[in-house]
Amino acid sequence: MSGATLLPALGLAAGLAATIGAALGWAASRLRQDADSLVEQVDALLPQTQCGQCLYPGCRPYAEAIATGTADIDRCPPGGEATVRALAALLGREPRPVDPQFGPTKPRQVAMIDEERCIGCALCLPACPVDAIVGAPRFMHTVIEAQCTGCELCLPPCPVDCIELRPPAVLPG
Amino acid sequence: MPATQFQAVAPPHLIAGFTVPRVMFQVLLALVPFAVVHVWLFGTALLLQLGVAAVTALGCEALALRLRGRPLPQFLRDGSVLVTAALLAVSVPPLLPWWLTAFGTAVAVLLGKHVYGGLGQNPFNPAMVGYAVLLVSFPVEMTRWPMPGPEWDALTGATALDALRTGLAQSYTMQEITADPAFGRVGAAGGEWLNLAALLGGTYLLLRRVIRWQIPLAMLSGLALPAAVMHATDPGAYAGALFHLASGATMLGAFFIATDPVSAATSDRGRLYFGAGIGVLTWIIRSWGGYPDGVAFAVLLMNLAVPLLDRHTVPRIHGHRGR
Amino acid sequence: MSSRPALPAGLRLDARKTAPLRHPLRTAPAPQVAVLALDQGSGVAAEPTVAVGTRVGIGTPIARAVGEAATDLHAPVSGVVVEIATRLTVAGMGRCILIENDGTDARDPALVPVDWRALDGVALLDCLRGAGIAGLGGAAFPAAGKLALARASAVGHLVLNGAECEPWICCDDALMRERAADVVLGGQVMLAASGATRCTIAIEDDKPEAIAAIAAAIAAAQDDRIELVELPALYPLGAERQLIEAITGREVPHDALPPAIGVVCQNVGTAAAVARFVGTGEPLVSRIATVTGSGVACPGNLEVRIGTPIAGLVAACGGYQGDPARLIVGGAMTGQSLSSDLVPMTKGVNCIVAATLADLAVRAPEMPCIRCGDCAQACPARLLPQQLHRAAQADDRDALALLGLADCIECGCCDYVCPSQIPLTARFHAARVRMQLHDAERQRAAEARERFERHVQRLAEQAEAERLAFEAARRRARGAGPT
Repeated sequence: MSGATLLPALGLAAGLAATIGAALGWAASRLRQDADSLVEQVDALLPQTQCGQCLYPGCRPYAEAIATGTADIDRCPPGGEATVRALAALLGREPRPVDPQFGPTKPRQVAMIDEERCIGCALCLPACPVDAIVGAPRFMHTVIEAQCTGCELCLPPCPVDCIELRPPAVLPG
Repeated sequence: MPATQFQAVAPPHLIAGFTVPRVMFQVLLALVPFAVVHVWLFGTALLLQLGVAAVTALGCEALALRLRGRPLPQFLRDGSVLVTAALLAVSVPPLLPWWLTAFGTAVAVLLGKHVYGGLGQNPFNPAMVGYAVLLVSFPVEMTRWPMPGPEWDALTGATALDALRTGLAQSYTMQEITADPAFGRVGAAGGEWLNLAALLGGTYLLLRRVIRWQIPLAMLSGLALPAAVMHATDPGAYAGALFHLASGATMLGAFFIATDPVSAATSDRGRLYFGAGIGVLTWIIRSWGGYPDGVAFAVLLMNLAVPLLDRHTVPRIHGHRGR
Repeated sequence: MSSRPALPAGLRLDARKTAPLRHPLRTAPAPQVAVLALDQGSGVAAEPTVAVGTRVGIGTPIARAVGEAATDLHAPVSGVVVEIATRLTVAGMGRCILIENDGTDARDPALVPVDWRALDGVALLDCLRGAGIAGLGGAAFPAAGKLALARASAVGHLVLNGAECEPWICCDDALMRERAADVVLGGQVMLAASGATRCTIAIEDDKPEAIAAIAAAIAAAQDDRIELVELPALYPLGAERQLIEAITGREVPHDALPPAIGVVCQNVGTAAAVARFVGTGEPLVSRIATVTGSGVACPGNLEVRIGTPIAGLVAACGGYQGDPARLIVGGAMTGQSLSSDLVPMTKGVNCIVAATLADLAVRAPEMPCIRCGDCAQACPARLLPQQLHRAAQADDRDALALLGLADCIECGCCDYVCPSQIPLTARFHAARVRMQLHDAERQRAAEARERFERHVQRLAEQAEAERLAFEAARRRARGAGPT
């Protein structure tokens, strides 16, 4: 190629690259997903166990952290691999295993209060993030199985360790 | 005593018993008229090409299956690779050096099929991938067709489509161009018989329900319509619809190549668009493009569009309102 | 008699119905011990209303239905209830009532015929509810419930399904040949109960004797509300939605039931059961079933009591012959294969096939899908099974929903034609189960989210109330002032 045609050719190629790059950058910023709607979409993929194992006080705060980029997507043990993969697909990132420092992934479980040992202290009632424990001071407490998410937050407050976790009796669906 | 323990198997308990090898065999059978006319026109070189292609295809398929850890006997017997080899062998010039045929077949089987995951996974028509690679890499050998006729040591010459292109570029009129011996009564000299034979084979496939009518009809219409319109507007510069239908790889493409189910669109409406696209692109490449026959490239280009076609031509499901 | 245009999709299958139809209807002997499964196919077990030791006659109620999808159960034999225990049934292990047959076949004296012409529609429905009549076409949905829904939806058109399109099943054919008058009478009763004004009896054209018999019965009844329609012998034209489309030309919306377009559909066997109930007061305690296959010595159609073990049915047909490899409940395309013949008959069992290897299809090893599209041509729901298969393999739930996996009727047509021998029906069934589980999980998660938000709000309100109370107390303390 002679010098006479080389420079214009290079110039054209560079100009095209710059224009297209600028257009893509503009599109990325102007057409970015509404932050709120992204939080909704992330929240919809989380299992809603509200257990706090991700070190956020509930699934919604974790979803907000993911949407703003503060937290990574591998912090949810109840969601397990399926949730990480769904989040990765939504956000265009690489899926990876759940980070073990946040806890092990367990199969579906529900809490059950052993009525023989329950002393009716009502300390577990406020601990449940979805208000699935029914009871009152000095009355029998019981967990509504259909509403229990298996988050295990009721275990620490119980002074007599009468709550245990077991697989649900009826699987959903 | 009656058996009280029986096998537990999911329904249905009856099936029709259609198999992939049977489909492939029907296609090979339908190619026989084309092959016979080809041999009559250009001599027995075709048989050598078919042999080389078949052996190479089977060898490459076996190699690929071994590398991918798949069961050899089951997949080698399915015959799909033989169809690829046959289509490639009848598309290339009969005097093409055998090692080029082998090369093309290897590309078709390995790069056109197995690299994507084997049977059922290739987005492109494997035979056309092989053909296109050969055409682009070895343009001279791939356009050297012998003159049709009983003397098969005659000189090679341009095909009718080739003569048409160069003639138009040199501003000869249509009458002058078509006086060339490469032209027959309606289309190319030998090509019109080949197209007729392919049409016969294609009709057999249609009647046996091996292929459906959407792609061939759409492709031939997509080719004939623009040709007829442009020929009517400017007869000196554009060949007519009948010429296009009877020349080159038109019928072979319509009934054997474009109908490859794996790389074609999958819904009926999608197939219509797919076929029409191939026809129109073929006409564009023939009339304005740089190659005499555009079927191979047209097919490959429409293969690219198939995911889009599939996504947007899902038919209305029973009980749902219109899409 | 009139014909309607055929559906675009449908298969002409080898019917395999000649052997059982060579002989007239027989009655199977009553079982020694009748085993009544409390879950007759609805998924919810009925509640027993008798205890061990109760003496029952034929037709005595023994269990009450729980939920809308189940029917009451009645004793099919006279005798004593000996056990209420878990046994193997068609649907798996389930609770059953076992009645020891005393051999007298004594009917419960409380059974009386119903003067249905004197009752108005609503009263007739109430009466039918106690008859325990479930849809005998296979789904076993309560007939009275369907007719009540029809009445509530002001349905005008009753369709009696005599199509029987699936290979091997011919119990409805036998019923229509020999008891056509019962079918027509049942239709009239159902018209009165549902409030419909028009009844179509649909029969496929490969049953000329049944067509003749029904036509004669309609003429004898001199009821011009009832007509006979012949349909082409295509599978699965007998499926409810496809049948309604073939007869009325309209499609039932995918998210609604047939009453939404003014149609209610019942099996001809159900109609005959209704006729027997009003005629004798006898609730549903027996039904006609086909016993066929090369593995049975003397195939035929039998009138058999609910609760008869399937082995008893086969014995009534001469026992096994040859080497039956599979025992199928249902027809060739959707029949479920059983692992044991000791399970008892339920209301939904219409056919038993003892199939030898010669009867069955030999499946070649599965090949990859070549996207030939034959399955899409065959699909009566107009789906794209090749795309569904790809989506199911990738577990792509969005694509499966878009492509209409929920609308798959699992008829088996796609399997039948696939040249790659892919077990599509089984794959789609598994994918649907996974989707249902996933949807149920999503539902639970949504509920948990709502409860969590209410919990957070409640705490916030509590905190706010406490703060306000504290402020008020402080103001009061300040207001009182240092004394």
